[in-house]
Amino acid sequence: MTFAVVAETLRKRYGDTEALTGLDLAVTEGTLHGLLGPNGAGKSTAVRILTTLLRADGGRAEVAGLDVATRPAEVRHRIGLVGQHAAVDEVLTGRQNLEMFGRLHHLGARRARTRALELLERFSLTDAADRPTAQYSGGMRRRLDLAAGMILVPPVLFLDEPTTGLDPRARTEVWDAVRALVADGTTVLLTTQYLEEADQLASRVSVIDSGRRIADGTPDELKGMIGGDRLDVTVRDPRDLPAAAAALARVATADPEVDPDTRRASAPVRERAAALTEVVRALDDAAVTAEDIAVRRPTLDEVFLQLTGRRADPAPGTTPRGTEVAA
Amino acid sequence: MTVILPPVPRTPAARLRWAAADGWTIARRTLTHWGRRPGETAVALLFPVLMVLMFGYLLGGGILIPGGGNYREFLLPGMFAMTMLFGIETTFAAVATDAARGVTDRFRSMPMAPSAVVTGRATADMLHSALGLAVVIGCGLAVGWRWRGDVADAALALALLLLLRLAFLWIGIYLGLLARGPESLAAVQLLVWPVGFLSNAFVPTGTMPGWLGTLAEWNPISATATAARHLFGNPGTGDSWVAEHAVALAVAWPALLIAIFFPLSVRRYRRLSR
Repeated sequence: MTFAVVAETLRKRYGDTEALTGLDLAVTEGTLHGLLGPNGAGKSTAVRILTTLLRADGGRAEVAGLDVATRPAEVRHRIGLVGQHAAVDEVLTGRQNLEMFGRLHHLGARRARTRALELLERFSLTDAADRPTAQYSGGMRRRLDLAAGMILVPPVLFLDEPTTGLDPRARTEVWDAVRALVADGTTVLLTTQYLEEADQLASRVSVIDSGRRIADGTPDELKGMIGGDRLDVTVRDPRDLPAAAAALARVATADPEVDPDTRRASAPVRERAAALTEVVRALDDAAVTAEDIAVRRPTLDEVFLQLTGRRADPAPGTTPRGTEVAA
Repeated sequence: MTVILPPVPRTPAARLRWAAADGWTIARRTLTHWGRRPGETAVALLFPVLMVLMFGYLLGGGILIPGGGNYREFLLPGMFAMTMLFGIETTFAAVATDAARGVTDRFRSMPMAPSAVVTGRATADMLHSALGLAVVIGCGLAVGWRWRGDVADAALALALLLLLRLAFLWIGIYLGLLARGPESLAAVQLLVWPVGFLSNAFVPTGTMPGWLGTLAEWNPISATATAARHLFGNPGTGDSWVAEHAVALAVAWPALLIAIFFPLSVRRYRRLSR
């Protein structure tokens, strides 16, 4: 197994703020690796170091087998970066943007032109090719941004919160484009605060908090890390919630969580069948009518809560874009 | 979908060619902006013309030129220098917008010459100001301004004006890299206007309170304006020490500003990776 991105104990400090406190990371070639963490966890700092925009204070990192500190120019030949902003020129048209980026990649005028056409086609922007990008929708601008990051078909592509601030439809567009890139063999390191995004796209996820990795694995492994399954009990009458929680507590491996809005009590359990039987019996004894009882795998959101003691951000698109610590 | 990687330049000459080509690509980006936003471009170019008309015909009637002479002949060289000053705003807005929108970072993550971001900006802005200068000169000729010296003097005057713009370019780049976003443009304008008016661009400094007049006389904009008046053979240069040495000062001031702000800009640009 070859790694396209390797980081060893990366450290970075801005004044009194320690953005990275010894980050380790290994991204397998040809996969999409998710870097998941809340605002200020150090995701963007890590990406900026890996893309040669920022120098680390300590540790080392390799991208495509090249040390980012000692061979930055060569690294820049092998990477694409799509940052938090759609970094395209708003006045120029989509075509003009891609031609400019092509020339800056030294393709020459003619190849830059044909490359622009190919990419516009590939990212479904041909119809909008000659409109200024200021008139593009958020999703279109992001797709153009992705196209600009793909001029040389870089072996490694960095996507720093590519769907932040997009509506659900635009997000799906971007996800589809990203999936297609990975299918073509590009290694992608994607940072996100959205658990759903990591769950949807990543074959492996590193959870980072306070500048270091606190968990690493496939989404399924991460869900398995917090004590297996969860048992949800939805009651008909909200006044029954305490009784339902008490019933859950008899089998749970952690304190049950109660959500009055959904009339649901939820807790992690170990032996799913035995736990289910026990809870049904306990509810019966307490004369609580359950609307639904379900055993399910935990969401990454719950994994995150368990690992960091904090909830990750709510659903995508509902929060304003936060700013990470940046230079 | 395979693309062959272009060869990395190995020799200094090849690297220089890359840097020049990249700088020109970045400059062309801005030139394309002009074409795509003709209205905005025209307004920016015509703004000094509006000021010439305002001062030349509305306010200028009340301004007396020491030693006599036509106010518009006095005003135009001042307006040329002011046009160079307004360039700070153009440079600042472009640099701050690119930095805030992540465009600068994208350039820096690409296999292009790192210097091109700056040289491209410099090329485009100098061209823009040269064009702006041509427009004000055309306007001046239309309202009765003339140069009365020889061609060499006139060429020197134009060179000094563009040298002043080059100095303001580095101030604009430095402030643009320092700013958090293009929203700070208002603050830069707030800085530019008093600096511009605290000079002899519009009014002879003799009419100002003593200390203020001295301050205005020593303003780099005054130095270039006075030098231009000398070289174009326009009235109102006065006979103070500062006025007598205006051409030398019009070289020294921009040289000093460049000596300060060029290294600051480079340092600031490098600090983006700290």
